[in-house]
Amino acid sequence: MAHIQLNNDAPGIRSLVLYRPDTGKPLYELAQALLRAGSPDSTLTDAERELVAAYVSGLNCTSFCRNSHAAASRYLYGQERDLVDQVLADPETAEISDKLRALLAIARQVADDARAVSEAQTRRARTEGATDGDIHDTVLIAASFCMYNRYVDGLATLTPTEPAAYEAMGERMGTLGYVLPKPQ
Amino acid sequence: MPHIPLPAGIPGIRGPMNYSPETAGPMNELANVLLRTNAHRPDSTLTEGERELIATYVSSENDCYFCQTIHGAVASHHLGDEDWSLVYSVKSDYQQAAVSGKLKALLTIARSVQKGGKHVTADQIAAARAEGATDRDIHDTVLIAAAFCMFNRYVDGLATTAPVDAPDFYKMRAAGVVANGYAANDPK
Repeated sequence: MAHIQLNNDAPGIRSLVLYRPDTGKPLYELAQALLRAGSPDSTLTDAERELVAAYVSGLNCTSFCRNSHAAASRYLYGQERDLVDQVLADPETAEISDKLRALLAIARQVADDARAVSEAQTRRARTEGATDGDIHDTVLIAASFCMYNRYVDGLATLTPTEPAAYEAMGERMGTLGYVLPKPQ
Repeated sequence: MPHIPLPAGIPGIRGPMNYSPETAGPMNELANVLLRTNAHRPDSTLTEGERELIATYVSSENDCYFCQTIHGAVASHHLGDEDWSLVYSVKSDYQQAAVSGKLKALLTIARSVQKGGKHVTADQIAAARAEGATDRDIHDTVLIAAAFCMFNRYVDGLATTAPVDAPDFYKMRAAGVVANGYAANDPK
């Protein structure tokens, strides 16, 4: 049960943005800007952006965000959907580009201790073809999910356990993006 | 040196915010709603100064120099803490600081959020309620703490610069924030 009275039965962050649309609006706009648009020179696809979000949420042990963004990433990857579970299991062995592997290492460092992101890590990403925008967007996706995860877990919101619930969410996120839910 | 080329002469979070105005917009709106507008809702008992103290404390736990110094300066401005001694006492040991029992209980929740959302316990929530915290206070405390786990990582993850031993710089910026709110650039 959630720590405060949310007056709705939506899961995860949806219950929080329904409860407080005034903070929900910038939270969803930030997600849309980061996960669907990105910096002008960025080479990251929407599927890769969702994967960075799912990976960081997994590191933070927030099942709702991990499972929903993994589902969105699978939906957006289409035939390459198996990459998502490979990355969640171990990015070092996943069949992804070395550029994405280097950016995931930066994302992990941001979640763990952002002060320790090193020039060696950003150099590795650039050598593999990452742009300034890729590095910026990776750092801010990782940082923002350190917020979303703590918000969702810190208020003990509802986390569905059945995989089908996340599949439906992933399709909605993959098609509509981040749009505030209508009041129930 | 920052990890990506940022506009010169703009310290702290404003560097990356100028680099990426599309994300700066919602981030500043979030800060304004949480730290300013929500303080004036009827079901809020947390003042702007107390909200800034929560932001400062979380930034200190994350060891983010720029954020803890600017938000500490804003808190001090609101609370008449001219020599910053109250802010220092909250950062070093809030249980002994001259703040209300309610704020201490909310700072305990903020500390749990900083470690990870699952560290927040039902007992911590009950303790805050017993001191008079409303549901909005608890919500806003959790989201302020969570949001500063983002802002701090954005600032440090890109290795932005921050003026050190420059209290006048932060006091001047704090006065601007109190007058005009949070924005990527000063009002024209």
